[in-house]
Amino acid sequence: MELTLAIAIGILFGSGVWLILRPRTFQVIVGLCLMSYGVNLFIFSMGRLRMGAAPILTKGAEIDPSRYSDPVPQALVLTAIVISFATTALFLVVLLASRGFTGTDHVDGKEREQ
Amino acid sequence: MSGHLMILPILIPLVAGAVMLLYDDRQRRAKMVISLLSALALLACAVQLLVLSKGSEATGGNRIGLYLLGNWPSPFGIVLVLDRLSALMLLVTAVLALASLVYAAAGWHRRGQHYHSLFQFLLMGVNGAFLTGDLFNLFVFFEVMLAASYGLLLHGSGPQRVGAGLHYIAINLAASLLLLIGISLIYGVTGTLNMADLAVKLPTVAAADRPLLHMAAAMLGVAFLVKAGMWPLSFWLANAYMAAAAPVAAMFAIMTKVGIYVILRLTSLLFTGSHASTGFGSEVLLVGGVATIIFGFVGVLAAQGLGRMAGHLVLVSSGTMLAVIGMALGGAGPGLVAGALYYMVSSTLALAALFLLLEPMGREQGSIAAMLALTADAFGIDDEGPELGLAIPATLTVLGLCFAACTLLLAGMPPLAGFVGKFAMLSSALNPANIAFRNDVTPAAWVFTGVLLLSGLATLVALVRVGVQTFWANEDDVPKVMALEIAPVIGLLALTVLLTIEAQPVIRYMDNTARALNRPEIYTNGVLQAARQREALQ
Repeated sequence: MELTLAIAIGILFGSGVWLILRPRTFQVIVGLCLMSYGVNLFIFSMGRLRMGAAPILTKGAEIDPSRYSDPVPQALVLTAIVISFATTALFLVVLLASRGFTGTDHVDGKEREQ
Repeated sequence: MSGHLMILPILIPLVAGAVMLLYDDRQRRAKMVISLLSALALLACAVQLLVLSKGSEATGGNRIGLYLLGNWPSPFGIVLVLDRLSALMLLVTAVLALASLVYAAAGWHRRGQHYHSLFQFLLMGVNGAFLTGDLFNLFVFFEVMLAASYGLLLHGSGPQRVGAGLHYIAINLAASLLLLIGISLIYGVTGTLNMADLAVKLPTVAAADRPLLHMAAAMLGVAFLVKAGMWPLSFWLANAYMAAAAPVAAMFAIMTKVGIYVILRLTSLLFTGSHASTGFGSEVLLVGGVATIIFGFVGVLAAQGLGRMAGHLVLVSSGTMLAVIGMALGGAGPGLVAGALYYMVSSTLALAALFLLLEPMGREQGSIAAMLALTADAFGIDDEGPELGLAIPATLTVLGLCFAACTLLLAGMPPLAGFVGKFAMLSSALNPANIAFRNDVTPAAWVFTGVLLLSGLATLVALVRVGVQTFWANEDDVPKVMALEIAPVIGLLALTVLLTIEAQPVIRYMDNTARALNRPEIYTNGVLQAARQREALQ
């Protein structure tokens, strides 16, 4: 499972990096999205990968922490998802404004001369 | 009550910003009043916190304020931590906010929507970043600050701002992702995000995990260095600062310092003392800082417009700070950091004043009225005519004097605070132990000295050139400048004069701050022991 996840994160992040280096604003935003997915998975994996373990401790009983998965990275991921979603939406607005001002979707606001 | 004082620098702007969202954008006067009141309250808070952070003789001249959000004990719950450094940064932020808001009241706040709310949220993010005691909340406050700054950068709209905003947002989103990777790696290796707890656990990290930890620190470093504008991560900076509206750019002068603050905080907590990671990143910061100064002053010399010049001056200022942090990590002693902190305060105030001066200096007669009428049209706002207010007499003289003061401050010429700061830095770089005669000055200190002096010369040449063009070679079109616009500039410059006159107590405060930074156990004990004592009492 570790290998699968590592490869998935690598592919997501690699495609993201390639896309944000492209000249079109839409490619950049998709690239940023892919990178943030990769990062979210990465944060999640930092709590160690566990199958079928609950992150919430039961009250009262004797607790054996090794039987639970770490709740902190899951909380961090939630926050990170919300924040990156919001900022990406904001970026989308600026992207549209830039398209409206310049009439092109090139990141520099003008096409490169042929 | 004083226990809750620490959360106020975050709560006041949050509430003020949220309340203003309820008002229609036409009620600018009401919003302006709320905004100014909030800034004044922040200033009062910051002064009070600064006094508190000095502690007493009994506490060794330091008092670490601790605020447990949610009242969980310290390494587990989220905490706010106040020490001398964060109190200082809060004060600088509040001063800049007040100056920038007064300036905006002269007309800029009408040129787009929700200016005041965004401004308050920016303050909330900046103050939160200075106060937070754990890494993940640092990320959250950074994002609050950045999200507000995206909106503020676009304030006033126009193709130039949108273009610069696009690049600014893209690079900051990418940097935030790196920040997240770094934070989660640190959590994966050490199992904690609390900075004080991290500092305690760091020496015990297994040798096999240490490369991973260093990689995490480097990732965090890159993310913060993008904000601080270290070369080669700084190409976005001059464009963004140049495009921003004048009061926004003045407020942005503190944003690079947020990056600097975090780097100073984390390096002093994690990489001082004596363990396997001591001095990590010192060379990178030193070399990067010096390269940033060089890039900055070459840019200053090459710049055609005053806006781009000011953007590069921001780089010179943060490059100096980074180089000093690098040298301090390499074991240069607290005197250097004390000088650098003094320099940082004076240069931040001077840069803000310069950004506020730019627009009136480049303005032609009556253009702001025309501009305002145009935007009022575009937004469908039927204002009671532009409230131009009082125009000041002898405009060119006043502008010229303010500009000359900025030049002296930024170039580091006597008699103003810029000179005191540079002198303090150089004297401790060349003579760290205050010995009468020394021969063993490190090569790094020589390079730093040379580059710093060169940057001062370049700043002087470039700014004097602009000054001559603006004030001497041009007698026909005198710009019309309102009293409200020049008052914050004069206020900021008066503060730097005060810094110069009261240099001794200020330097003493900085010196104690730097000494406290050099002894991370003050911070960690303050955060971890205080919580345990409280627990024992209950």
